[in-house]
Amino acid sequence: MGAWLPIAEIAAKVAAGELKATDLVEQSLKAIEGNKEFDAIIVTLASNARARAAAVDAGDNKGRLAGVPFIAKDNFLVFGADTTAASNILRGFEAPYQATAINRLEAEGAICVAKANLDAFAHGASTENSDFMTTKNPHDKTRVPGGSSGGSAASVALELAPFALGTDTGGSIRQPSSFTGVVGYKPTYGTISRSGVVAMGSSLDVIGPMARTVEDAALIFDVMAGRDDLDGTTIERDSAGYTGLSGDIVGKKIGIIKEYMGEGLDEGVKGVITEAADKLKAAGAEITEVSLPSLPTALAVYYILCPAEVSSNLGRYDGQRYGHHASDAKNLDQSYTHARGQGFGKEAKRRIMIGTYVLSSGYYDAYYKKAQTVRTKLINEFNKAFEEVDFLLGPVAPTTAFTIGANADDPLQMYLSDVMTVGANLVGIPAISLPAGLSENLPVGLQLMAPQRSDRALLELAQAAEGLLV
Amino acid sequence: MIDPKVRGQYTATIGIECHVQLKTKTKLFSAVGNDAREAPPNTLVNHIDFGLPGALPVLNKEAVHLACKAAFALGTVPERFSKFDRKHYFYPDLPMGYQITQFDEPIMKGGFINILVDGEERLIRIHHTHMEADAGKSVHPTGKDYSLVDLNRAGTPLLEIVSEPDMHSAKEAKAYARELNLRMRYADVSDANLFYGNMRFDVNVSVSKTDELGTRTETKNLNSFKSVEKTVDYEIIRQIEQLEKGEPIVQETRGWDDAKQRTFSQRTKENADDYRYMPDPDIPPLVLEDNYITSVKAEMPELPDDYRQKFSQIGVDKAVIEDIIATPETAKLVSRVYESAGADHARRIAFWMMQPASDEDTEAEAQTASDDALVKLSELVAANKLSSTAAKEVLTELLKGATDPEKVAADKNLLQVSDEGAINDIVTQVLAENAKAAEDVKNGEMKAIGFLVGQVMKNSQGKANPAMATELIKKQLGL
Repeated sequence: MGAWLPIAEIAAKVAAGELKATDLVEQSLKAIEGNKEFDAIIVTLASNARARAAAVDAGDNKGRLAGVPFIAKDNFLVFGADTTAASNILRGFEAPYQATAINRLEAEGAICVAKANLDAFAHGASTENSDFMTTKNPHDKTRVPGGSSGGSAASVALELAPFALGTDTGGSIRQPSSFTGVVGYKPTYGTISRSGVVAMGSSLDVIGPMARTVEDAALIFDVMAGRDDLDGTTIERDSAGYTGLSGDIVGKKIGIIKEYMGEGLDEGVKGVITEAADKLKAAGAEITEVSLPSLPTALAVYYILCPAEVSSNLGRYDGQRYGHHASDAKNLDQSYTHARGQGFGKEAKRRIMIGTYVLSSGYYDAYYKKAQTVRTKLINEFNKAFEEVDFLLGPVAPTTAFTIGANADDPLQMYLSDVMTVGANLVGIPAISLPAGLSENLPVGLQLMAPQRSDRALLELAQAAEGLLV
Repeated sequence: MIDPKVRGQYTATIGIECHVQLKTKTKLFSAVGNDAREAPPNTLVNHIDFGLPGALPVLNKEAVHLACKAAFALGTVPERFSKFDRKHYFYPDLPMGYQITQFDEPIMKGGFINILVDGEERLIRIHHTHMEADAGKSVHPTGKDYSLVDLNRAGTPLLEIVSEPDMHSAKEAKAYARELNLRMRYADVSDANLFYGNMRFDVNVSVSKTDELGTRTETKNLNSFKSVEKTVDYEIIRQIEQLEKGEPIVQETRGWDDAKQRTFSQRTKENADDYRYMPDPDIPPLVLEDNYITSVKAEMPELPDDYRQKFSQIGVDKAVIEDIIATPETAKLVSRVYESAGADHARRIAFWMMQPASDEDTEAEAQTASDDALVKLSELVAANKLSSTAAKEVLTELLKGATDPEKVAADKNLLQVSDEGAINDIVTQVLAENAKAAEDVKNGEMKAIGFLVGQVMKNSQGKANPAMATELIKKQLGL
């Protein structure tokens, strides 16, 4: 480890002419080439990246991320390569516009070098649902890197670039970060524009950075955060920004989520999390146990609301305008059913079916509406908990990285992987996965959560905590 | 033909859904031009209208503003809270696989339209009005094995005004459609041009012999008042005939065939469509502050009823009022004249600006003549310098762009002669040439004086002031 300097330092040295963006891009491309066996990367943007690097070296951009290479999950629309969301239905789709997040990073001089693998349309927790390949965990090639941002997580763990971008709808940044031992940040819903990112569950989707340190993650978040005219759900950024963090643990009230520490939690993981809580306590935090009684329903609520939105959001992939087109179709109906039947993978079809069902007239009230009611209840419970404590603490996932194939034929077991992460998405609060130690030589992530819009406070706590943990 | 006695046993019930295109600069959810009239296909399309991955709709504030104005024009107020929903179905002119509409929390509820049918005023209630994005346009070239899609219209902001089933005749339906059209134009929320499809009507018709409503049909996409009227008439008769034959009415969507002057079945609704409505998570609910609503109310222009009241107060005939109100520019002009030059001039000008009676739906071309020129023309008539007939002739020139009515009248030799001496000479001559008539008048047959005045007018090539001529004839005859 240690292939890259801290991001702020890289950019400063590039701006000062002490490092060349061109060399950084080559270093990244070389690392990608050398780690192909992990199947983290779908495609590189070599020529685009080299051209941008040359421009930076020519003095075109001395921004806060000048010359810093990064890897985007392949559900971000980026110029210079196809955007596939790891799905056959989008194979060959070249984006005619770019994601706002990418534009903001580029405006500060960052350079996208590659697109990372994911579960197709971000549906999954292992990258095994990718239509192209399964990414291997850098810590153990027989295991999954988690998902859906598994390619991004593995990229950071393998140091293919100083940071990567992920998306998190039910844990897709945090869970793979936990599995691969990197920092994964899921900000408050609406802090980063979703424009130009393939939608999964629009009321749950957030974009976030995956990096080696909280400081790096916070800088990337700071560059991307803020209102965007292209996304009506974006909110104002914190007037204090998200960098220059000065965290102090002393006196911080942190509640351990009771419901996350009980049955179903791997003993090894539990040990690492308990130990982490003890370290925070020793450093001066007030640790208490907090109960969120409705939390055990969160997964059920999530697997109603998310597929409902998925079924709606995937309606546009119909073979009529772009993406996979059914050339064997004999009529309009077939041009839809064949294109979608051929183009979507099993998991996308499963979620479309579930979502269509719960939105159907006659079932809407029993499923979708009821789930929304419970979602509101969850929000209220979290709000109440945050009256007692400043932060919540728990594991990111019930287990460490599992073996490839272990859950592949059991979607319910796979869904359980999200049990500790979906809560933050349903409630819209910020949450972070911090490397907290190892269990049987596999990384374990500690999850910290804060109230909505308390991103800065959460990042400050995380930065202070990260020094204690590993 | 249906026996009027049988016809009389049935009550028809009619409800109308009207789609109105809002005249925003850009589309409802994307920053692309909204005026597709002259644009080549698929040139007013961005990533949102095309339904690209990652494209997010962002609500156009101006569309909300216009919708709020429409609320006041429809006799209601905008809702403080409303939201947008997705209505799902697959069709090539619907790029996202769903239409964004307002399902259960529309921007306005209630409202009403007053209409005048056969001299009787009726109130038609509005159930609700919601905002939605239009779909694109599909074209199916005849004899080809393909269809074409134009997405220029995709995302155009629409208001859908849903009436209560308060109408019972074709005349009422037509009057309602007309009045809606007027309100939208006066409120300045839509060009409301039927030719360009700015307003389209879906007409629901059912008939029943009892208090229970019959099965309804919906005839969609009517784009003229006349087709609304004819559709209702046709459907009423068709449904009665069918019921009289003992055949049930099928709930279905129908279209209007203008060439054959009949409705035809398009799609039967054997299974109710399941649109899987869902709140649109990309668009935060629309919350309007009270002071925003108040400010929109304050900027409301005068509406047709305001003009009706004003013109009726200055004694303009009801038929004339309805006629000039059909063209907002004319109503505004008459109103301006009233305010600047008084009721007499306004009344005269209102009468002049009447359009030749027409049942066509095409809007009358807004005629242009400056307020000043019209008032001057009216003054000429008031001062007896121009006859009413001559004034019409001058008006025609003013509408073609002439600016000085007196000059037009002089050039056309239309100015009345009010020179007493000159008229007196003509009178002398006329009396001499028409001794018999003069004698009759002298003997008290006052009818004959009209003939003599006519002769004076003739001899003066129509320029003599007839009132003065009458006086002078009487004077010379010693009456």
